[in-house]
Amino acid sequence: MTTLLSVVNLSKRFGGLQAVNEVSFTVTAGSIKALIGPNGAGKTTLFNLISGVISPDSGVINFSDHQVQGLRPHQVASKGMARTFQHIRLFPKMSVLENIMIGRHIHSRAGFVAGMLSIPHTWSEEKKIREKAHEIMAFLDLESLADVEATSLSYGQQRNVELGRALACEPKLLLLDEPAAGLNMSETTELGALISRIRDTGITVLIVEHDMGLVMDISDEILVLSYGKKIADDVPLAVQSNSEVINVYLGEDDA
Amino acid sequence: MELLLQYIVAGVTYGTIYAIVAIGFNIIYNTTGIINFAQGEFVMLGGMTAFTLKEYMPLPLAILSAVVITMIFGALIEIVFIRWLHKPSVLRMIIITIGLSILIRETALHIWGEGVTALPYFTGTSVTSVNLGGVFISPQVFWAVGISSIMVILLGIFFNFTLLGKQMRACSANREAARLCGISTQNMVTFSFMLSAAIGALGGCIVSPITYVQYDSGSQLAIKGFTVAILGGLGNSTAAVAAAMILGILESFSIWALPAAYKDVVSIAIMLIILFVKPSGLFGNAAAARLKEY
Amino acid sequence: MSSKFLQIFGFAVAIIAIQIFTQITDSAFHLTQLTMTAYYSLLVIGLCMLIGYAGQISLGHAGFFAIGGYISAFLTTHNLTAMKGKPFIALCSKFGLLVGRKDLYGGDLLVFHPWAACIIAVCTVLIVAYVIGGPVLKLKGHYLAMATLGFGIIIYRIVLGTSGLGAADGISGVPGFTLLPGVTISGSGSGKILNYYVAWGILITGMTLLLNLISSRVGRALSAIHGAEDAAEAMGIPTANYKLKVFVLSAGFAAVAGILLTHYNGSIGPSEASVMKSVRYVAIVAIGGMTSIWGAVSMSLILNYFSLRGSFGTYDDAVFGVILILIMLFAPDGLIRAQVLVDLKSFFKRITSKEAAL
Repeated sequence: MTTLLSVVNLSKRFGGLQAVNEVSFTVTAGSIKALIGPNGAGKTTLFNLISGVISPDSGVINFSDHQVQGLRPHQVASKGMARTFQHIRLFPKMSVLENIMIGRHIHSRAGFVAGMLSIPHTWSEEKKIREKAHEIMAFLDLESLADVEATSLSYGQQRNVELGRALACEPKLLLLDEPAAGLNMSETTELGALISRIRDTGITVLIVEHDMGLVMDISDEILVLSYGKKIADDVPLAVQSNSEVINVYLGEDDA
Repeated sequence: MELLLQYIVAGVTYGTIYAIVAIGFNIIYNTTGIINFAQGEFVMLGGMTAFTLKEYMPLPLAILSAVVITMIFGALIEIVFIRWLHKPSVLRMIIITIGLSILIRETALHIWGEGVTALPYFTGTSVTSVNLGGVFISPQVFWAVGISSIMVILLGIFFNFTLLGKQMRACSANREAARLCGISTQNMVTFSFMLSAAIGALGGCIVSPITYVQYDSGSQLAIKGFTVAILGGLGNSTAAVAAAMILGILESFSIWALPAAYKDVVSIAIMLIILFVKPSGLFGNAAAARLKEY
Repeated sequence: MSSKFLQIFGFAVAIIAIQIFTQITDSAFHLTQLTMTAYYSLLVIGLCMLIGYAGQISLGHAGFFAIGGYISAFLTTHNLTAMKGKPFIALCSKFGLLVGRKDLYGGDLLVFHPWAACIIAVCTVLIVAYVIGGPVLKLKGHYLAMATLGFGIIIYRIVLGTSGLGAADGISGVPGFTLLPGVTISGSGSGKILNYYVAWGILITGMTLLLNLISSRVGRALSAIHGAEDAAEAMGIPTANYKLKVFVLSAGFAAVAGILLTHYNGSIGPSEASVMKSVRYVAIVAIGGMTSIWGAVSMSLILNYFSLRGSFGTYDDAVFGVILILIMLFAPDGLIRAQVLVDLKSFFKRITSKEAAL
């Protein structure tokens, strides 16, 4: 079992707030790892650090043999990391197909000059991009919506388009930021099955989620944060019975 | 030594007008988040209107009337062009205020022509001067600096001690909260346009005898005023005054090293450098600035 | 794909029709303004790319136009005869960058070849755009507008205040620019019709390049940046780099426009660098609907043509001011996509569908 992502002693401070405090963990290739913790535990900050939105004060992030801490998000993405956003960020005024085609950016090459001259090489490349996008829409059952403006869809469908866009990157690691937020029970169950299917295609998943049912169902390992610190990192069953975790989630009055 | 002081005095004089334009920018920016590209035109309008009115009435009354007229004009602009827009984008506001500035300028061209106008000196004439330790200073400089200082103090009192001023500040701090407290944010925006139009017009009258005013003086002043507002950190009027003095003096000394035709190049280059290096301004707080978008 | 070429083809047909029309009605004098309009439109479509597709405003594009025009004008008119012996000049001469000709009084003139001047001018503009684009494009909103405006004013002040560039008079006596043997860009005399076609041909070429770009991978990435910059970045699009490239590209279009128009007019003056010109270009892009090359070109054609014909009289600038305000107040998405028109369309649709129901 190889390690795809390893985070070592990562720290980030905002003014007086230590948002992430000396956090270390690893994600095994081909697994689903969940990141949980109460509000303000530093989950989103950790996500943003890994994906390059902000740079850490100290610590190392190793991702498939590259050190990626401090890189810009697009550089991190080109190393094979794709993400979805807590608040869906689709491209407005673009169709579902076009949104997903954007996901192929890192796997295509045509630049400004090639684009302006519309050289034959770009045509075949466009064709490949389109084919791959259709393949992904088929996987996610979005084919019928291909030409609909993405931002006009229902919330659940937009979630899927965003997921499709990330999958189009053919990432090694997929970061999902609260994908179940705003979904009902049956939609959440469907999502869980979908994430497992994605994992089965060989994509490693790191997921931030509040829905405990979902997390316990699909995760191979769970990392628990509280006040920026790691308090547990284990298989779901062990985390469930971890006294510190129970304390954080249930016994906050005692603290 | 005397020459040095002479340059400083010239710099302070120009700095005064820049400060006035910058304060006008800041007042509107604070209540609306808009940079009013037509701010310089208020200054021009004040100077031109007073020049016309002084044919019919004594100078102080002409100046007062010009200020009031420009103030009403400012209110009209806000009511006609800005008030009813629902959450306009920044790009849209930039283009609208630029359009307004062109329109005001062209209207002024057709009313007053291309000629240069100047109000008479408030006291004395263009040749009288006060000898201050070997430096000859025009009395108008004292008027300009004096009136501007009083204006800054009055503004401070207005924003800190009057209800209207406090309401305007509340509006700038948090518009939603201000509205929930029963403050009419829309009226506050209108007031801010009136106030900054009035300040601009008064500024135009004060400096008219020294620098002259013509229909296209506005855009020059606007860019200088903006430079100063940036230097001081957008929204901070006290810092803008200090920054205005620095820019005025720098400009005045630049004539030593460069041909006078490049004077504007110096100040705009300073603005660009500040924008590139420290957009929060000379006196801005870098940590707080990081949270803002430039 | 094919619709794009159909549109361009239709446009070319319209260009030819206009020329034939002026021929028949014996009003070929209109061709001068139409030729100039084509060059201004070249700048406008580049700016449209920047504002509409990369989402960045520039109030300084007249500056790039002027840098291009002035460098080309200076190099093709500045007499180097006296400096013949200098090593640099000798080197230029050796590489065939210089040409000799006679001035009006039969004196010897040694100046840069228009092609050499053109290449130097374009390269200079690209470098300037690249250097200032880096820091400028980090700014947003008002700051970006002011920074580009500041750049424009600096260029204006420099050309106005530098005696070597003719100060307020500008540079005149700029020679024609022989693009190919027999094809000379010049406003004088016989080549009027040829110049008309050359100018519009160049514009159509420019439009084709940009329309291609828009429908390519890069164009898609640009609209992604415009729509949601953080998400575009997360998809691996180097947003800062793309914005800079579009900025440089649009500056390049402005430079080419400035160079060619200068050779066509035979002169350039500081008013070409004025802020009002930059604002006009932005106005045209805005009226055209920001994200429409076709909208920008058609508005540029109409407004520049009437402006150059002097139809607006002394209200020339005021007309642009009024249009700018009206468009931004009532139709911020451009004239073609104005809400009024959309309402009208749906109104007619309702009526026709009602009739169909009856």
